[in-house]
Parts: sequence; structure tokens; C-alpha cells
Amino acid sequence: MSAHQQAVDGEAILAVRDLSFYYGDFRGLNKVSLDIAQNKVTAFIGPSGCGKSTLLRTFNRMYDLYPGQRAEGQIIFHGRNLLDRKQDVNLLRARIGMVFQKPTPFPMTIYENIAFGVRLYEPLAKSGMDERVEWALRKAALWEETRNKLQQSGLSLSGGQQQRLCIARTIAVKPDVVLLDEPTSALDPLSTAKIEELINELKSDYSIAIVTHNMQQAARISDYTAFMYLGELIEFGNTRELFVKPKKQQTEDYITGRFG
Amino acid sequence: MSAVMSTSRPVRSDLQARQIRKFKLQDTLFHQLTLLFALLVLAALTGILIALAVEALPAFREFGAAFLWTPVWNVPEAQFGALSAIYGTVVTSAIALLIAVPVSFGIALFLTETCPVWLRRPLGTAIELLAGVPSIIYGIWGLFVFAPLFARHVQPYLQTVFGDLPVIGGWFAGPPIGVGILTAAIVLSLMVIPFVASVMRDVFETVPAQLKESAYGLGCTTWEVVTGVVLPYTRVGVIGGIMLGLGRALGETMAVTFVIGNANRIVGSLFAPGTSIASTLANEFGEADPGLHISALFALGLVLFVITFVVLAISRWLIQRGLARQGK
Amino acid sequence: MNRYSRRILTNRIGIGLSMLAMAFGLLALLWILWTLFYNGFAALSWDLFAQDTPAPGSEGGGLRNAIVGSLLIVGATALVSTPVGIFAGIYLAEFGGKSRFAAATRFVTDIMLSAPSIVVGLFVYALAVETLGGFSGWAGSLALSLIAIPVVVRTTENMLLLVPGSLREAAFAVGAPHWQVSLKVTLRAVKAGVLTGILLAIARVTGETAPLLFTALNNQFYSTDMSQPMGNLPVVIFQFAMSPYDNWVNLAWGGALLIALMVLAINIVARVLFRRKSSD
Repeated sequence: MSAHQQAVDGEAILAVRDLSFYYGDFRGLNKVSLDIAQNKVTAFIGPSGCGKSTLLRTFNRMYDLYPGQRAEGQIIFHGRNLLDRKQDVNLLRARIGMVFQKPTPFPMTIYENIAFGVRLYEPLAKSGMDERVEWALRKAALWEETRNKLQQSGLSLSGGQQQRLCIARTIAVKPDVVLLDEPTSALDPLSTAKIEELINELKSDYSIAIVTHNMQQAARISDYTAFMYLGELIEFGNTRELFVKPKKQQTEDYITGRFG
Repeated sequence: MSAVMSTSRPVRSDLQARQIRKFKLQDTLFHQLTLLFALLVLAALTGILIALAVEALPAFREFGAAFLWTPVWNVPEAQFGALSAIYGTVVTSAIALLIAVPVSFGIALFLTETCPVWLRRPLGTAIELLAGVPSIIYGIWGLFVFAPLFARHVQPYLQTVFGDLPVIGGWFAGPPIGVGILTAAIVLSLMVIPFVASVMRDVFETVPAQLKESAYGLGCTTWEVVTGVVLPYTRVGVIGGIMLGLGRALGETMAVTFVIGNANRIVGSLFAPGTSIASTLANEFGEADPGLHISALFALGLVLFVITFVVLAISRWLIQRGLARQGK
Repeated sequence: MNRYSRRILTNRIGIGLSMLAMAFGLLALLWILWTLFYNGFAALSWDLFAQDTPAPGSEGGGLRNAIVGSLLIVGATALVSTPVGIFAGIYLAEFGGKSRFAAATRFVTDIMLSAPSIVVGLFVYALAVETLGGFSGWAGSLALSLIAIPVVVRTTENMLLLVPGSLREAAFAVGAPHWQVSLKVTLRAVKAGVLTGILLAIARVTGETAPLLFTALNNQFYSTDMSQPMGNLPVVIFQFAMSPYDNWVNLAWGGALLIALMVLAINIVARVLFRRKSSD
């Protein structure tokens, strides 16, 4: 793949270079290179098992939790390779947040769900924390629904609200990058629409990488799209171009529904 | 190609660096602390083995391996052998299982196959509560309620029916005094039934519904499905459950001590008083003189521990193999 | 009789026998409970809680010293075995994985779950009573803890393994250190289950007699000093029930009822708690 194809127009917040990933002996990613543009939405599409989630999970080193999984290559973040053994993963994860497929509210109050992550690296006073919680809930378009029940359990919310709570929790820490791993696949269409709207608003403050199995969603919300297949990055580029005139046959087959 | 080196914000304040160091330290401490407690648990078992062996050493030095097959237990003359206690332990447990296994099987079968759904939960809970009743309650019930009843009504009856038969008659010889080996075995069986029945029910529930349905589809009766499909499928787990019951029975103290009669000798009759390892310990340890008597009691404890250890280890292995089927 | 009706008959007999077995089990439970309540309630009185155990052959008296002793010993057991069991359980679930050490620890806890409790008493006698100067309430608690800890360890580990991987990952994803992920998120998510395990462990040791016989021993006087021999319900029941005095036997029934009620109550609380939480 040419160097030209993997780059983006503006600034890159993450620069992935020759990234390979192994589950034990099995290679899940093969020499992937691309940029995640700053303050843009980058979508990853491809059939299940293509490695799109695996790629996302290298950005915050989530794979570190599991022995036997390892990554090779480079992911440059603020001038340093975040795959470096010396990189502190806790701090890295505070700066590259992640939202999961199923809503994962912590077993605590709505307020505490958000304050939990903020408190880790910022010693805020009570009033400062109150402001931050309100700010994050407003950003996630959840404030009006929860302002009167901040002390209730996060588990008491509906599925869509829980997912927005998770987004609020992630952005409350003020990360540089937000990773979204199929964030709407467990939600109904109405909640999905709300989340998509939210993503669109969030990109003015954050760089966003989203994995989705839904091509329309990728087309609707992303600026850049990467198509992956069998652990390889097949095509990467401007979303409009990729969907309107894909350069590779495989990409065209996939987006026209001929396979996958 | 775009700028890979983006504008670098002041990302690493002093505060964050301190926080990172603090978390690292806390995580290391946390890991070590949990490890320490896990080690403690592991050390406890090894500790038990070592402590028993050390304390039993004088007795084994005095009597040698013959301790295991000497039936004499004479405190005043300091002559000790484990055989009568081992005999009592093994015989009571064996008879207890002879009663408990078919009954537990019946209960498990009823709970998984024939019981109306609305009754399953309450009956299952009742069986589990029965497992939670402290064994001293079984003991006191056995001593004051069951043994007198047994002596008055059941023992004379057994003697008239079997008393004149060769061999078998000997099992029921002697005065019907209520307490004795057989009474202990029956009380013990009531105590292990809930354990064995619960394990059997759990392994029966691992049989895939399709497997049973296809047998029913061939026109099998419930009994044929259970004996032809469920039992062969769960054989390993069922044996594991039985071994678990055996392990419990061998080591049980209170349910036995009250009703076994506490006579340190071997008599052929099941009506005769006897003793088990656990009941000998419960009766004698508190008043034993330091020296050979205590050491012999520790040796008994070691024998009991080794026997139950082996039985429980086999049981665990079998139950895990039986339950693992579920996932495959 | 043809083959088909023989099969039907076999089935009827088999099912009938299994119902008989169920009835047998239930009747045994009811019979034991009935005699326990019948004799136990007859022994219940205010004196049972207000007076100490009487001298041999004398009239009156109660179980105050034994009740207080049991509460103290079991309470100390709960305080010791809860943290030890939870932390060891966390180790097995979070760090142990498939390592040989973790496998050995799991094996040991499983054996200890059913190991003869009297042997645990022997061990504590050799460990603490012989070396540290005599029978005491603490020694009794130590023996009971060795029985309670394996229960807590195994429930904690099993409960933690039920936590969805994504919740654990989500906690890591906000940048939390491992100890906060474990204690503030995953452990809290299974709080009800772990609490149930602790309650069941307490229920189990409340009625244990054998390990106390030569550790806490007994004390016919009221005492709250855990470093001295201590009266406790199970040992008092054992001694009094085996005695020739009617008054003592009577008190033994009263004590047996108290213990059974306590164990039953803890069991029921544990079940209700677990059911309510797991249906959320």
C-alpha cells in the first residue's frame, strides 16, 4: 500500500505504522499502516473477524490484560510509540478513552460513574467535580434525563441511556481520542440515532475512531473510512470517495453487499 | 504525507507522574497482598499434614506400621492400635452410603425428571437446607429419638427375621441397646443424603435436553431415559458425588459420636457399640495425657486425613470431569 | 404379560421408588425439625439467656456464657475469614489464571471444603494451643476460620469469573489501576454473591462442634476474654447431651434449637439476598 493512501489531510493524532498483532501464534493483524486524523471521525468496516476491533484495542493497549496477546510495529501518539513497554498504560487509557459494544455502567451511582475516572488523575474539589459531571452529562445529551437522579444506580437507566452514560464517563476524563467499538449494535434505532448525533457533535473536541458493522452508519458519520479484511487493511481514505468510487475490487464487493 | 508529530500538549504534568508512580506501587502491593492470602490458604493444608505427621511421630516410632492393623486400644497400658477405629469408620461409612446412594439417586431423579416445575424450587431448597443442618443436631436427635425407637421396634424385628440365618444372623446378634454401629450408619446416611442428592441433581441437569428428547422421541419411558441416557452420560459426575458423600461420612464427628456407643473393639455384630476415628478423637483427646496417648490420637487423625484426602481428591477430579461435559 | 406392559410397569416402579425416596428425605427433615422444636421450645425461657451454665446435678441455669462465647468466636471468625477469603479469591480470579500455584490453591480449597473438621481442630491444637499457652477463644476462631475461608475463597472466585469481561475492560479503559478495577468495580458488581458466600460460611461454622472441642474448650463461667478458654454452644450441647442429668439434657435441647434457628435464619437471609440481587 502506498504511503499516500494511508495518510490524511489534516493533522494525525495517531499514526499507525506496520502494526502486526498476534493472539499466541495466530496473526490477527498484518502490517497495518494508517493515520487517525485529529478532530475527525474515522470508521473501521469489514466482515466479522477482519481485525477491526483488534486494531481498535491496540490503541489503548487493552490487549495487555491478556497474556499471549502482543503487538509489533508502531503507533505514534504525541511523538512517542505507545506500544513502547515504558508507556504507562493507565495514563494512556485515560487519554485514549473507549466505549464498548454493550453498555457497561459501573455498579455505582450515575454521579460516581463519571467521577470515578476523573478522580484518578485530577484532584478536583467537590464543586469542581459537580461541574465536571454536569458538563460531561450535558455533552452526552443525558443531563436533562438524569439531573434529578444523579444518586441512583447507573444500572437503573435504559440501554440507550446507559450507553450515553458510558460516553459521558469517557469524555469526562477529557481524553484526546475516543474509541467506539460497535457502540450502537446493542441499541434500538432511536437510541442509535441519538448516539450518532452525539458523535457528530463530539468531533469538534475529540478525535474519534469507531468500529461498526453497519456500512450506512460509517457513511453517515465518518470523515475517513478504513476497510479491513482478514487482518489486512484493504483500503483507506476519504469516506465519500471510498463509498462512491472504491479503488479496490474487494472494497466494492463488500460495500455493494456481494460478500461479508 | 501528513505530520505524524502533532502539536504536543503539555501532557505529563508532575501531578500525573506522581499519580502514575502511586498507582504502580499500589498495584504491586495489591498483587502481593492477594498472593499472600492465597499462599496462606495453600500453607494451611500443607501445615495440617506436617503438624499431624510431627505429632504422630512418637506413636509410629513406638508401634511402627503395625499401628494400622493392631486392634488393641488400651489407655492405661499405653498400647495403641488404629484398627478398631478404622473398622468402625469404614463400616459405618460404607453402610451409610449403601442407604444414602439409592435414596439420593431417587431424590435427584424426582427433582430433575418427574417433579412438577412449581415444586422443584421449594423441594430443592428443602434438600439444601437439610445439608445445612449442623451435624450435632443429627447427633442429638439420633441419641434421644432415633436410638430408643430403633432399640424398641426395629432391632428385635430384625433379630426375629434374620437372627437364625448363618453369617447374616451374626450381624444382628447381641442385645438391642439402640446405640451401635448400625445406628451410627443410619444417622450418618441421613446426613450425607442431601450432599449426594444435590451433586447428583446438578450433574443430571448437565444432560443436554436434545439428548433426552431424542430418547423420549423413540418412545422411551422416563425410567428408560434415566437409566439408558442420563446415568451413562453422567456416570463420572455421579460417582464423584458419591465419593464426596463418602468423604463427608468418613470424617463426620458429631453425628457419629453420639450414637456409636464408643467402645474401642471390633465385634462382628452391627448392633454392638463401636468407635470411629473421629469419635475416638472427640471423646479422648480433651482428657488425654501428654505423651504416647496424645501422639497415638494424632496418628489416628493423620490416618483419617490421608484417607479422606484421597477420597475427596478423587471425588473432585470426577465431579469436575462430569461437569466439564456441560461446556463441550 | 407382554413386553410393552412390562416396560410400563418397570417405569411405574422406578418413578414410584424415586417419589418414595423424596418423601423419605422430606420426612426425615420434618421428623428431625419436629423433635428439635418440640424439645427445644420446652427448654426455652428467659433464664436460658440470662443465666450461666449450671453445675452438674443442680437445677436451673441457662446458656448465657455459651451464647456470648459462640457469638464472639463466630464473630471473630467472620472478621478474619472475610478479608482473607476475598483477597485469596481475587488472586485466583485476577492474577492466578492457569498457573500451577493457582491450580494447587484451588485444589487445596476444594479439599478443605469437605475435610474432616475434627482434623482442623487437631491442627490448631498443635499449632496454637500447645505452643502458645493453652486453650482460648482465639484458637477456636482460628480453627473455624480454616473451615470458613475455603467457602469464601471459592464463592469469591466463582462470582468474579461471572463478571462480564467488558465491564472489567471498561474499568481499565478509563485508566483505573488494577486494584481499583478489582475492588471498586468488579467486586462491587458481585457484592451480593460474595456476601451470600460469607453468610453461608458463617452458617456452616456456627454449628461446627468438632474443631472447638480442643481449641476453645469450654468455660462454665461467663467470660468475654478471647485469650482464655471460652464457653460455646456446640461444645456445651455435646457435653450436656451426653450427661446423665435431666436438667443438662434439657439445656442441650434448648441450645440445639438456638443453633438450628441461627443457621436456618442465616441460610434464608443468604438465599433471599442472592435471589433479589441476581434478578435485578
